Amino acid sequence: MINVGVVVFPGSNCDVDFYYFCKDILKWPVKYLWHQEKSIGEADLVVLPGGFSYGDYLRPGAIARYSPIMEAVEHHAHQGGLVLGICNGFQVLTEAGLLPGALYRNLNLQFRCVFTNVRIDSCQTPYTYALRRGEVLSLPVANGDGNYYAEKQTLKQMEEKGQIVFRYTNQQGEITSKANPSGSLDNIAGICNSRGNVLGMMPHPERASNALLGGEDGLKIFQSLRRKG
Amino acid sequence: MAKWKAEVMVMLKEEVLDPQGSAINKALEVMGHSNVADVRVGKYLELNLSGHDREKLCQQVEDMCQRILSNPVIENYRYTLQEVE
Repeated sequence: MINVGVVVFPGSNCDVDFYYFCKDILKWPVKYLWHQEKSIGEADLVVLPGGFSYGDYLRPGAIARYSPIMEAVEHHAHQGGLVLGICNGFQVLTEAGLLPGALYRNLNLQFRCVFTNVRIDSCQTPYTYALRRGEVLSLPVANGDGNYYAEKQTLKQMEEKGQIVFRYTNQQGEITSKANPSGSLDNIAGICNSRGNVLGMMPHPERASNALLGGEDGLKIFQSLRRKG
Repeated sequence: MAKWKAEVMVMLKEEVLDPQGSAINKALEVMGHSNVADVRVGKYLELNLSGHDREKLCQQVEDMCQRILSNPVIENYRYTLQEVE
């Protein structure tokens, strides 16, 4: 059993989705963690949900990163605890320095709300442990600032350490620019820290967790966590 | 305590593509400004603050720029600091 804490920033809007995903689909114990709180309580997995924390003022995630709860989240991450940032949550994690690189305005300047094909490029994380390298999942994105950037040297190190976890590809798992919804560097859709316990991804697995929603591929990430947990 | 004004400019680094800048440049071209080579979009922030020591205030502004006002991964910053009436 994995205890989940879903952080709620002012402007988060996927917090409720993720809460019900845990409660009704995964049947995992879940609690909201208000951004003003200073403790994550019993949470094993801390989720930073999608949305527009602080209206994306200044830069997406830039202000949320200084919320009181983030000190406890950083502590949890440094202890090896599970931290998952989805969409805006990914932006918060890069702003906080818990993940390398940065996310900024999509190269096409569009807000992209579309199902994408996402290839698993690393199974060395608890999130992808039960998945097969090269496996392609169908997961939706919904963002305007999903364009991942990192300096060459950083990118090289990440590649070597297996920190690039998800890439946008076509259905066959081939990297094409058409498959890339945001212009993200190297088609990067999600990355982890060197230890593998902190993961950030632009696609929303919780929105692909039930056939009614158009797919169930998102569940595989959590089945992986359950097995590892 | 003396009053100061800091003017902070934040720009995307040269090696980072600026999709807003290129969209604006395309509009400029349509308007007939065909001699514009490149447009870069940045942010301009004004901070009104108080203090005695210019050097300390500079350090403070520097710290704010590095930790929140810019993201050093993709952006550069520069600022001016002036005492005001």
